[in-house]
Amino acid sequence: MTKTNTPKPARARKSGRRSPLASVALIAIGLLFTGGAYALFSTSTASAQTDASSQQTIGEGKKLFASNCATCHGLAAAGTGSGPSLIGVGAASVDFQVGTGRMPMQMDGPQAEKKAVVFTEEQIASLAAYVASLAPGPAVPDARYLDAQGDSANGAELFRINCAMCHNVAGAGGALTQGKFAPALDGVSAQHIYEAMITGPQSMPVFNDMNISPESKRDIITYLKYLENNPSPGGYALGSLGPVSEGLFLWIFGLGAIVGLTVWITAKSN
Amino acid sequence: MSITKTTTGVVETTKTSGGFTGAAANYIDERTSISTAVKELGRKIFPDHWSFLLGEVALYSFVIILLSGTFLTFFFSASMAPVHYEGSYVPLKGVEMSAAMSSSLNISFDIRGGLLMRQVHHWAALLFVASIGLHMLRIYFTGAFRKPRELNWVIGFILFILAMAEGFTGYSLPDDLLSGNGLRIIDGMVKGIPLIGTWISFLLFGGEFPGEAIVGRLYSLHILLLPAIIIALIAMHLLFVVVHKHTQYPGAGRTNKNVVGYPVLPVYAAKAGGFFFIVFGVVMLMASLFTINPIWNYGPYDPSPVSAGTQPDWYIGFADGALRLIPPGLEFVWLDRTWSFNILIPLVSLGLFILVVLIYPFIEAWVTGDKREHHILDRPRNAPTRTAIGAAGVTFYAALWSTASSDIIATHFHVTMEGVIHACQFATIVGPFIAFFVAKRVCLALQKKDREIVLHGYESGRIVRLPGGEYIEVHQPVDEYERWKLVSYSDYKPLMIRPNDQGKITTGQRLRGGLSRWFFEDRIVPVTTTELEQSHGDHH
Repeated sequence: MTKTNTPKPARARKSGRRSPLASVALIAIGLLFTGGAYALFSTSTASAQTDASSQQTIGEGKKLFASNCATCHGLAAAGTGSGPSLIGVGAASVDFQVGTGRMPMQMDGPQAEKKAVVFTEEQIASLAAYVASLAPGPAVPDARYLDAQGDSANGAELFRINCAMCHNVAGAGGALTQGKFAPALDGVSAQHIYEAMITGPQSMPVFNDMNISPESKRDIITYLKYLENNPSPGGYALGSLGPVSEGLFLWIFGLGAIVGLTVWITAKSN
Repeated sequence: MSITKTTTGVVETTKTSGGFTGAAANYIDERTSISTAVKELGRKIFPDHWSFLLGEVALYSFVIILLSGTFLTFFFSASMAPVHYEGSYVPLKGVEMSAAMSSSLNISFDIRGGLLMRQVHHWAALLFVASIGLHMLRIYFTGAFRKPRELNWVIGFILFILAMAEGFTGYSLPDDLLSGNGLRIIDGMVKGIPLIGTWISFLLFGGEFPGEAIVGRLYSLHILLLPAIIIALIAMHLLFVVVHKHTQYPGAGRTNKNVVGYPVLPVYAAKAGGFFFIVFGVVMLMASLFTINPIWNYGPYDPSPVSAGTQPDWYIGFADGALRLIPPGLEFVWLDRTWSFNILIPLVSLGLFILVVLIYPFIEAWVTGDKREHHILDRPRNAPTRTAIGAAGVTFYAALWSTASSDIIATHFHVTMEGVIHACQFATIVGPFIAFFVAKRVCLALQKKDREIVLHGYESGRIVRLPGGEYIEVHQPVDEYERWKLVSYSDYKPLMIRPNDQGKITTGQRLRGGLSRWFFEDRIVPVTTTELEQSHGDHH
């Protein structure tokens, strides 16, 4: 399977947003199970199972890792006092953390925050391939779960039960303890949502496939994409934050306008 | 409003000519003697000031609430019977929910104008309570609750409480996740009351929470009992305004015995009538442009999920804040029962706060011993202690209120939740004292400034060199209209404690004397005529 699917590294980008990344990532999964992971446990067969191009990707990833990540995660990715071990976190975790700009981390804080992405998609894929080669872990999800064509009603219900207590029912985000927070989900790509669910970044729990099946994850993504693509039927949503923003709006703009009008009505004409 | 409008026509036409209107007016008058009422009411004078319209805003938003609410009752089904939603909102299709939630969603998505009416109803409700609050602050800080208006303050404050009750019962009707969480908190608070809490909770919900009865019960309260009481109290409230006559701000020619302003007919009726449509317009604008309570996001109530950012509507926020502020570890078992002081302390302190606000006019009258009628309002600076107490109360309320949004403050200002809570705890306990001190000093300083202006006039900025070489700045005397405003306020002194018939000084008397001293020991005496004459020509 690995051999038949091997793409040319410089394949032209297709119109689909994530397809180049997804296909590169698929290679990584293939490598992980057939080559990389096997190599860790059985050195005798390693060279026979992995081919040159994926070995090359892993090599590039290793170099990138050594120069950008090893300061905190250690040269062997086994973790140091300032960063956790990455053995077994899988390609999905790397793709999420580096692909959303959370890693490399800018500074120590309550949690790593989303910022501009530092690496190109190829570099991220190489890093992911390298980390995935260290030990088996969650892979980058299959594109068929990311199409947002599932059952949004089921997704909405699962979202309310499993996610809304931190992310808010409309995915507007919410506060956690000690300055940590659950980020808003508006504008997060389907792939990153899926990866967050399977890897549980930072304070987030892991929702593995036994807990929420891949089809249900697809439904959740469908619901979030529905919210993103359909503006609130009632007009401007005031951040979807609920009664606080409604109350603030009423006191400042509603009552403010009314008081202004009372002044206007009782003003003496010159 | 429509009644006063038709009567406008009636009065004017009877004066000028006969014709059909004249005949009609005569016909009505002969059978109802309405002309006496029109004469009396039409000549009623109302002083003109923007802050006197805040109560009207409350009245108008109530009318808007009644109109939009009536529309909603046509389509709302107050039942908790489980149904499967089959309306047009895709992410809820086929989901099991109560008939109440399903009908609220149908109002929002499948009934023409339904969503607009829901939003009008909800925005107007928020405006209703907010304008009552602002109206009350105006009454308080200008001392408009003094004799003879103490009872009207009590009625008004009960209206405020009833408005909150209306709001809360209405908020709970759609049976969405947010309102269900709100009810669960109320249920928790009720259950926190020792001995009777659990019984009351079971009585309210008709069994274990949430049961299948609560929406129907709240609906009866929301559309029948509470509005009826509110309408009756509003009628009394307005009747008292007519009986007492409206207060006015101090100014030249305004005394305790007159009211300077415009007559109801034609000026005030036209202004007030027009103002109703302005308020309606503002509410319509908000309702058509801004989402409020998107129940489709919250989904049907289910006891397990709670959304981040779950808050009550703003007017219940202070109670939610009190629950968030109370530190943990105040719950223990004693006499085989659980004593939840983390619930009892907020409940009792809020109850006391509400009680003090309710009876404040009587407390102040007792402390000052003032039995005179007051129709001229105080400028807030001229009652420093009252203003300072008000500032402390507002700070206490505001601190509780902002605590209700602690999580939103934490995420939006990038601070820790714990930090926000601790800051709010500090603001709730220490804040009122700071506010009291600062407000009182500011009032006294402003009074001193007023006194200075009356006695020595304004600084004109003109520097004159005298023949002897001395420089002086010429002060411009204040004009008489302005001076009236600055000097006309009543001076209070601390009460003398006097022994009663048995020649004893009771503890009550001592307390009263102490409070009176606390009220009036720091005061700036208004400028007297003698002082004014002495200062004459001393304008530099």
